[in-house]
Amino acid sequence: MTETTTTPPADRAPAPAARGLVPLPPATALPLLLAGGIATAASTFLAWTWTAEFPGDLTVSGYPGGLQWLTFTAGLLTALFALSAYRVRGLRWLTPAGNHAPLLLVAVGGFGTTWYTVLAITIKLGGLANLEPGGFIAAVASLVPLVGALALPAEHRGEDLATALGKRIAKPDRIPAAEATTPWVQRAAITAVAVVGLIVFTYGIDTEYGELFIGYLIVVVFTIWALHTAGLLDRFSQLLAGNRSFALAMGFLAAIAFPFTQTDDHYANIGVNILIFGTVALGLNIVVGLAGLLDLGYVAFLGVGAYTAALVSGSEFSKFSGVQFPFWAAALSGAAASLIFGVLIGAPTLRLRGDYLAIVTLGFGEIFRIAVNNMDGDSGPDITNGPNGIPSIPDLSFLGFNFGEAHDVGGFTLGRFANYYLLMVLIMALVVLVYTRAADSRIGRSWIAIREDETAATAMGINGFRVKLVAFALGASLAGLAGTVSAHVTYSVVPNPYQFAGSTPPNSAFLLAAVVLGGMGTVAGPLLGAALLYLLPEKLVFLQDKSLLAFGVALILLMRFRPEGIIANRRRQLEFHETGQLDVPDTTTLTDEPAVTKAGT
Amino acid sequence: MTTPVLEARDVTMRFGGLTAVRSVDFTVNSGEIVGLIGPNGAGKTTFFNCLTGLYVPTEGTVSYQGTVLPPKPHLVTKAGIARTFQNIRLFANMTVLENVLVGRHTRTKEGLWSALLRGPGFKKAERDSEERAMELLEFIGLAHKRDHLARNLPYGEQRKLEIARALASEPGLLLLDEPTAGMNPQETRTTEELVFAIRDRGVAVLVIEHDMRFIFNLCDRVAVLVQGEKLVEGTSDVVQADERVVAAYLGEPFEGDPSTTKGEVQ
Repeated sequence: MTETTTTPPADRAPAPAARGLVPLPPATALPLLLAGGIATAASTFLAWTWTAEFPGDLTVSGYPGGLQWLTFTAGLLTALFALSAYRVRGLRWLTPAGNHAPLLLVAVGGFGTTWYTVLAITIKLGGLANLEPGGFIAAVASLVPLVGALALPAEHRGEDLATALGKRIAKPDRIPAAEATTPWVQRAAITAVAVVGLIVFTYGIDTEYGELFIGYLIVVVFTIWALHTAGLLDRFSQLLAGNRSFALAMGFLAAIAFPFTQTDDHYANIGVNILIFGTVALGLNIVVGLAGLLDLGYVAFLGVGAYTAALVSGSEFSKFSGVQFPFWAAALSGAAASLIFGVLIGAPTLRLRGDYLAIVTLGFGEIFRIAVNNMDGDSGPDITNGPNGIPSIPDLSFLGFNFGEAHDVGGFTLGRFANYYLLMVLIMALVVLVYTRAADSRIGRSWIAIREDETAATAMGINGFRVKLVAFALGASLAGLAGTVSAHVTYSVVPNPYQFAGSTPPNSAFLLAAVVLGGMGTVAGPLLGAALLYLLPEKLVFLQDKSLLAFGVALILLMRFRPEGIIANRRRQLEFHETGQLDVPDTTTLTDEPAVTKAGT
Repeated sequence: MTTPVLEARDVTMRFGGLTAVRSVDFTVNSGEIVGLIGPNGAGKTTFFNCLTGLYVPTEGTVSYQGTVLPPKPHLVTKAGIARTFQNIRLFANMTVLENVLVGRHTRTKEGLWSALLRGPGFKKAERDSEERAMELLEFIGLAHKRDHLARNLPYGEQRKLEIARALASEPGLLLLDEPTAGMNPQETRTTEELVFAIRDRGVAVLVIEHDMRFIFNLCDRVAVLVQGEKLVEGTSDVVQADERVVAAYLGEPFEGDPSTTKGEVQ
């Protein structure tokens, strides 16, 4: 991998000057970053506004509050990265490649969240007069690291500003290999990341007002971006690959620990809804991500599961009100009913390919909702109570453990939603297991082969129809399984949520968006996508009626800048970025040897 | 020794009013390398597709080792006929090894349940498949690239990989559709050796090809298809000497300037 020089020979004589975008002496750049970061963090100890009308109470001097915590965190991170750029012992690992991109990105994060807060105060309370001196100090202090980061020297070859900025935040091609560490250090690192991840995630779910959530998003997005450009995410995924079972266990533990950190059951409710949404998205990922079948009516299977569970729940409004299945039987019958519907819908439609399949599944999804709406005894058989749905579904009870009551576990109180949350963690673990095992097997390979080239796959002896039907049925039954829990969590089932597009999840468009946004064909991608797509409309109330527009815009931007989704599947990444031999095993890319040996030598 | 592997009896394929293949009788015996040549548009690929189940012949039957083939590509592969494609159709975003493992599909039967439960049977089958696949990769000389994506292989190696993938289904007959298209002479020679090596593994081979030198070096028997009908069949010498073949390719010889007679090519 030699660097190609594109400059013509005439330009070669004067080497391109390394300079910053801001005309300051290069020697001042790092001090500005460090001092600015510390000053930003320190400014949060002042009062920013005079009235508690702005949520979070930013009027107190002496300690940070509300949005100030985010500015504080961002300021500290900026200072840490600046120290790492100084090669301070013990912090060097933060920027292994020694590039400046992470510095700029954390500085932007701090600047963004601080200025967002200051502007939000100004606009919400009506004028700059509402800012205390502390607010102005914070605004200036957060600008300093940004100026410092832009003053960092970098090579410029006379490109325009956008290209120069793009280069400044680009990830370097090669990250130096991590030093060999003992398994204990690796496990400690994974544990630490799991703890930090849990804290960050919990903080996001617990944000009480929209402004705090936006500030949180700014800090989190830019910090993760900075870690990505520093090469730390790559290193971490290598670490995970080396300690797969330990990492899975830690992730599972962190997920279980979540309800114990909550004092308010409302947030556990958000957690359980995210898990239901995520489980269904993961099921859809089998159909869309692995087998490549675009299913636009997938939410119907969630509905089938939910309705089945409601019918056998013992609710007095159910057609079979005398019947009350134990949970395991209800879950199985929900999954089985979805499986049957999956096969019934799949058998005629899976003979179609591509767009036609999408249109037909869209139609079947709507048929489910309309049929359920009409089965009220007037326009059809009396099964589902029509638009009224089946209310007052009793809580689950499992081996004497009533999910509807709060339980004390080791000094922590687990409320109703926390109970369901833990149940959903178990189901999610099962679905992840099913997904990973199915993907890495003969059947998983044949799904991918069908997605890649159906004609060639059939010529290799794969019965395309049958294999696709298995994918369709498996995805359907996983959604049905999640549906059985969701019926109990929400107390009632009504036809309305099971539509193609709506402003709140789950609906087919949101599910598909979660899979595409998060990253098709991965496990973590759809889960992350589901969490984002659930939290955004939940937290940003003002978005509620425009959320479809917002997600449309977000998806277009994503397709433009990162078509493989936030978390990239290796295969997909190569599909969308044709250049480079990214698939060559790590040992060869990390040395200076040519990545591929010539054929035949 | 010469038991017929593939027998096509009176195969006719019509698309509406157009008869692409007209009552062709054709046999491939075990251990044979048979070539199928003909000018462009002669119906070679249509005939190929009739053999592999992509098309259902309008009339006539195709049988493999005495049993009539079902008209479904995956069942034909299961019966023991594997094929490659004229324009390479690898699974571009799967690794080299995975491509060959997909070829093993018909010879393994682990379904979804065994994949989920991961019993000892599943692990053994996966290990066996991988061993078989690696053995085939050794055979075509791509074992060192097992973890590369198929799309990143050079053209010649993609052709080889396609052959390995076809061989993974343990066929009795391998159909190669223009295996040397786009290859340089050296690569063509390697392919020739590869086809001989495949025959030595006990697999009969049927080749469609435009490269006459390749065909006549390679094949025990050559059939010429012109305008959907079998014109002549025999050893290389017989076919090369047949005037009708020359006429079909080049027009009638020795009647003046070849450039003026080209228009008469049928």
